Amino acid sequence: MYQIDENKVTRKKKRNQKFVFFLFGAMGYFVVALLVLILTFIIYKGASAISWDFITKMPEEGMTKGGIFPAIIGTLCLVAGSMLFAFPIGVLAAIYMNEYVKDGFIKKFIKQMTNNLAGIPSIVFGLFGMSLFVNKLGFGDSILAGSLTLGLLALPVVIRTTEEALKAVDNTFRQASIGLGASKWQTTRRVVLPIAFPNIITGLILSVGRVSGETAPILFTVAAYFLPKLPTSIFDQAMALPYHLYVISTSGTNIEESRPIAYGTALVLVIIVLFTNLLANGLRKYFSKKVKMN
Amino acid sequence: MLSSTVTSLTVLLIVVFLFKEGVGVFDKTAMEEGFVIAINKNNPVDKLSSEQIKNIYDQKIISWEEVGGKKDSIFLFRVDDISNFYTDEQIGENFEMLPYRLSSLVDSFPGVIAFFPEKYLDKNFKGKKLEADKVTLAEFFGGEEWFPTAHPSAQLGVKPLILGTLWVSLGAILLALPLALAAAIYMSEIAKERVRRIMKPLIELLAGIPSVVYGFFGLVVIVPLIQSTFGVAVGETGLAGSIILGIMALPTIITISEDAMRNTPRAMKEASLALGASKWQTIYRVVIPHSISGISAGAILGIGRAIGETMAVLMVTGNAAVIPHGILEPMRTIPATIAAELGEAPNGGLHYKALFALGCVLFIITLFLNLTVEFISNRKKAHKH
Amino acid sequence: MFKLESKNVDVFYGSSQALKNVNIEIQNNTVTALIGPSGCGKSTYLRLFNRMNDLIDGIKIDGQVLIDGQDIYAKGVNVDILRKRVGMVFQKPNPFPKTIFENVAYGLRVNGVKDENFIRERVETSIKQVVLWDEVKDKMKRSAFELSGGQQQRLCIARAMAIEPSIILMDEPTSALDPISTSKIEELIHELKSKFTIVIVTHNMQQAARVSDKTAFFYLGELVEYGETKQIFTNPKQEKTQNYITGRFG
Repeated sequence: MYQIDENKVTRKKKRNQKFVFFLFGAMGYFVVALLVLILTFIIYKGASAISWDFITKMPEEGMTKGGIFPAIIGTLCLVAGSMLFAFPIGVLAAIYMNEYVKDGFIKKFIKQMTNNLAGIPSIVFGLFGMSLFVNKLGFGDSILAGSLTLGLLALPVVIRTTEEALKAVDNTFRQASIGLGASKWQTTRRVVLPIAFPNIITGLILSVGRVSGETAPILFTVAAYFLPKLPTSIFDQAMALPYHLYVISTSGTNIEESRPIAYGTALVLVIIVLFTNLLANGLRKYFSKKVKMN
Repeated sequence: MLSSTVTSLTVLLIVVFLFKEGVGVFDKTAMEEGFVIAINKNNPVDKLSSEQIKNIYDQKIISWEEVGGKKDSIFLFRVDDISNFYTDEQIGENFEMLPYRLSSLVDSFPGVIAFFPEKYLDKNFKGKKLEADKVTLAEFFGGEEWFPTAHPSAQLGVKPLILGTLWVSLGAILLALPLALAAAIYMSEIAKERVRRIMKPLIELLAGIPSVVYGFFGLVVIVPLIQSTFGVAVGETGLAGSIILGIMALPTIITISEDAMRNTPRAMKEASLALGASKWQTIYRVVIPHSISGISAGAILGIGRAIGETMAVLMVTGNAAVIPHGILEPMRTIPATIAAELGEAPNGGLHYKALFALGCVLFIITLFLNLTVEFISNRKKAHKH
Repeated sequence: MFKLESKNVDVFYGSSQALKNVNIEIQNNTVTALIGPSGCGKSTYLRLFNRMNDLIDGIKIDGQVLIDGQDIYAKGVNVDILRKRVGMVFQKPNPFPKTIFENVAYGLRVNGVKDENFIRERVETSIKQVVLWDEVKDKMKRSAFELSGGQQQRLCIARAMAIEPSIILMDEPTSALDPISTSKIEELIHELKSKFTIVIVTHNMQQAARVSDKTAFFYLGELVEYGETKQIFTNPKQEKTQNYITGRFG
């Protein structure tokens, strides 16, 4: 038999492995460290800017002082508006896709389109929203136009998470229900949806996080540089947190003086993301425990 | 049910609106609307491209010879210059004599090129009105200058923007890919389950942070860092964009390739170990080849995300619309251009349509990347059975 | 000296005990079948001999497992070298995403063999040993996934044999195969007996009766009975064994 020094070979293998694993481990932790760095930086710098006044007051003196109240309200309006649009449509679309459409060309096509929609850059949504909602339909720069644009952006997210939630429902539940003489819709409504509900809600929360941070789609559809008053109807323009952060950090009248406000705004955005993520994860865990117990 | 077609419908609508507006740019002339350019009737030149017009007005071209005319130096005339030639009385209180004066002025200078509002064009104009060409595809994709608001003729070359986008995204992927793959391998194959359960949600969190926050972080941390490290005049460079985009692309690549690696059948890994392979040999000889399509899908989607990203790039790359020569120069990407300029572009005008055309380019690039991913994963499925 | 031996082996997964005080001695160049209902510990037992169980978190192994009289769980034992001496064939055919040739060459390459001529020879010999040569000799560069299930499993056996182990462990090697492929593998086991010591886990009692010299019957982590295959199937000493082989439970 071919002679090799087994011990030498295995020593070399061990050495290589040790080196590579150390390297990969270091790189993996580096990625995590980056995240921690970004978060701590924003939290550390932003914490001193945040106060009750900051959250509840109007901007003052060319946005170098005061609060970000109108931006918070604007973002809340946009999130609510976009979800009101995207959530029902997205959930219905997912139910129809998962429960009614048979596997085949049509399903594949719709899936492909949903994927494509998810892959379109957010700025293109902005262009589209501007030409359709703002100009063609004549909504002007308004909460309505912005919400619809953001809603379209959130649509594939809602559809996907809902579909996954529905897929996770074991088929035996459906068969049992149909076997008892329930119609397809009764089965979906009374059996499938209640089981899938927690995961659907998780998807909703995650898309709220996503929508509240989007800037590009609202640039030309709703966002205002500065408004001294709160919006009163869906046809009003509004300020929004991400856009506010963008303008005061790049094109404000006095960038240096408004830095604390920028840090504070960034922190509020990060808190929204952290909160929605934690909430979604928490809910997921809570519900999965509950299901196991039953 | 109508709702299921909503995504298809949206994609369709986006395509229709984007392309309707975007293609419209090729139906327009680069010349400012409502203005004319006129030359002496004896001048043999009949046509000038928008680039030539711009160079004439920038005084980079000073002789008619350079654009195919006689050996005559070019005399630039703008409508505001009229008072140098005629008194206010000669022009008339309400400019009622202006068309006539313009006509005779153009007639008397053989080397003149005049630029003035169309409403002042005399009925018996004695000069030659230059016909403005429509914007061509070649100008759009081949032009090396993006200056959509230039007078009298806009420059709509997207080359600097496309190159800027490519530089920034390629830089991002070069930075992100090795890190992301190492992290994915570490998480899926090396780390203990307990470590993985902490790392994974953290990395997913990285994906959730809004791009404007990344941009802000880049602006206040990365940009000054680059400025002091490399001693460049401005820190807003392609490199700053690449770093921020790289960080933003990490979670996409990590999550997708980690999933792919974890899908490697346990039995396949065991078979390798049972043959005396070390864990690392198993990873690079079996796990990586098995999950290569997932890994490439992750990388392509990461590139897609980088190319389409707007706000972060807009905030840190400096946005100079010139053809880049190095990563330490300010650059401008396609999405950043749209975001920065659409607000100021008059509705339905040339600039507006040009930005929509940019949107079309972006749409096509990302669609192409998406379809590639789809193709790769479909081929993988076919391969398995 | 026995080829394989286990002395008072206990295995725990966390707090649950998977094997209880198992003692078995296996002679060189024999085929031993491990039978018993699902979850009885027979696969766990098989995987002791190439330390495949090491990969499971929270596993604890007590007692001694010996190969050629040496404790393979002793300190300083090189697992890679051990696994080179103990080949393994799995439940489902699991070729690597590589060519047919590279699948069989794999074990040699990862163990540091560089001589291409030698590798080519070993690959050819191994594939001939599993009677697959005529079917694949013209497509050595093709993906192993292009082969049928039965061919893939024989390729996996060739892959295990290429590094010339002295022991081959088989974990239900035919459970995913059709009857014709199964009988080919069984014939192969007969032929390989002269060169290797084979331990095979099987659900199929006819298979155990057909291929093995000795049979061990496991139940709930305990070795109920171990003896000559003929004796176990015709005249078991234990009532549990009797019940199992006659199909009263399992």
